[in-house]
Amino acid sequence: MIAYVLRRVLLLVPVLVGLSMLVFAIARLLPGDPVKLAAGPQATAAEIAGLAREFGLDRPIPLQYVDYVTGLLQGDWGRSILTRRPVADDLAVFLPATLELVIAAMALAIVVGIPVGLMAGVFRDRWPDYLSRVLSLGAVSLPRFFLGLLLQLCFAMWLAWLPLGGRFPLIEIPPPVVTGFLTVDSLVAGDPAAFSLSLQHLILPALALSLNPLATITRMMRSATIEVLQQDYVLTERALGLSFPLIVFKYVLRNAMSSSLTVIGLYFGWLLGGTVLVETVFDWPGIGLYATKSIVTQDFMPIMGVTLCIGVIFVTINLLIDLLYGLVNPKVRYE
Amino acid sequence: MTAGVDTAPSGALSARWQNARRGLYRFRQSWLSVVGLAIVLFLILVALVGPAFVPHPEHVTGSVSTGTRFRPPSAQWWFGTNELGQDVFSLVVAGSRISLLAGLAVVVLGTVIGTLVGAVAGFAGGWTDEVLMRVTDLTLTIPSLILAMAIAAALGPGTTNMILAVALSWWPGYARLVRGEVLAKKEEVFVQAARAVGASPARILFRHVLPNVVSPVIVKMSLDMGFAILTIAALGFIGIGVRPPTPEWGSLLAVARNYMPDVWWTAIFPGAAIFLAVFGFNLLGDGLRDVLDPKARR
Repeated sequence: MIAYVLRRVLLLVPVLVGLSMLVFAIARLLPGDPVKLAAGPQATAAEIAGLAREFGLDRPIPLQYVDYVTGLLQGDWGRSILTRRPVADDLAVFLPATLELVIAAMALAIVVGIPVGLMAGVFRDRWPDYLSRVLSLGAVSLPRFFLGLLLQLCFAMWLAWLPLGGRFPLIEIPPPVVTGFLTVDSLVAGDPAAFSLSLQHLILPALALSLNPLATITRMMRSATIEVLQQDYVLTERALGLSFPLIVFKYVLRNAMSSSLTVIGLYFGWLLGGTVLVETVFDWPGIGLYATKSIVTQDFMPIMGVTLCIGVIFVTINLLIDLLYGLVNPKVRYE
Repeated sequence: MTAGVDTAPSGALSARWQNARRGLYRFRQSWLSVVGLAIVLFLILVALVGPAFVPHPEHVTGSVSTGTRFRPPSAQWWFGTNELGQDVFSLVVAGSRISLLAGLAVVVLGTVIGTLVGAVAGFAGGWTDEVLMRVTDLTLTIPSLILAMAIAAALGPGTTNMILAVALSWWPGYARLVRGEVLAKKEEVFVQAARAVGASPARILFRHVLPNVVSPVIVKMSLDMGFAILTIAALGFIGIGVRPPTPEWGSLLAVARNYMPDVWWTAIFPGAAIFLAVFGFNLLGDGLRDVLDPKARR
């Protein structure tokens, strides 16, 4: 097992090198001049050259790549051309907010999606199945940003039950940073008022983000359940006289869930991408909002930083899922 | 003898005809895909002739009428008017053309790039395959929306650049699909036969192998069309991509946000249009998959 884990981790190295090359290629090889944009339309040639020198953009492309990777390894992810703040510092501030949102959405999707999918599979071609299929197709088609706006309109503006956006009221003092997750931090600080505030801010964006994976998990779980129900061992269990609920909840659920595991892993990465839109709608101060703002101002280093950061997280999660798979299913390990 | 020669092609033809009829039957069996087809046909009709019949074509090209700002939906203004006094109905109808065309362009471009990469990788094998597929896998490690955003940022604003950006993040799925299909098909007897009569590799690939992988590609295209429209609307919503005054559903929605909740109609109608388009294509894609790719059925 240790050899297997080591081999998988080592295989990560070329992927990460490739990832950095890809991100660098997008930034440098595509047309468009970040320096000219940052300097502004009135900048003189000398000013542009000065800025290019300051950011090392006047050096040959391969050297720039070496500079970039050396910096990455030393924790220097470049600086924003506009604010001059280090990208790594910005990411450290914004990433926990995004992770909190994504984890909340994923948890919501799993907690609702797995039982609903199981029921749809068990009651195949009857009304719970039809309802869940139409709803999940609709949910996949509903744009997250539009759903976000609808939720805002309904629960924040008309009913005024929940805050419109942001992560915490500006006038309140947030709990001291421990994990960067406001809900967790306020619990650690023993501050129920802060916990309730941060939870209120989390609900709508998490809901908007969770609908899509919820629909997919439901569909996956449905077809997995149908497949498992047709297995011989289910027939055997029924023949042995085990009660149907016991078979479903003890045996079918577990086997159907294991095939949904990969999808959940894949979706985690997808959510990191999808969070951009939800963060924009809800003014959630995560890396997605950071990326959007940087794109509008064509500030390149932050965009590269966010892209790379999401790529690294995605690759790592896939590795973790694979390892988890090896743990659950010994056959995978020895392949 | 002549009779035998005659029946062979007509027999093949009738088999094909029977297949088509069976497919049509299967398609009509699921009413959801018929609904999808209806929605898609309706949207295509709107995109084709709608812009010529909208009540206020001048608003589509960017003219404003400040006297009629923020009128709620009524018999005169079906979808109300926006902050510039423009008729939202005219804008949404005109937007259908941009969304459908851009979605189609993305899917077609992505398919062409992906099919070429996948076909060459699968057909050539060896190092070519290894390199091309590693690049493909790498591209897949970045969520497509983020990748499209990064490329769009590098290319700069504009409709063409946005389409290019989304297409460049779109091809890896096709590359993988086509590679797998080509790998399977190139071992078939008809490929050996073609090679035996001396056909060049390019001829074998383009005349004999690729035509046989068309149907899964079409299924994927139809399933992707909805998501392409969604991605384009998303980029418009973020503020990259199609620029005003060109009416695009996503960017209409982005502007409308600023005037909620009192003015809800400028947001609801473009949003509903995006939903309708994506929903229609998703239903249709599901139905087409059942017809063209019965193996994937469940």
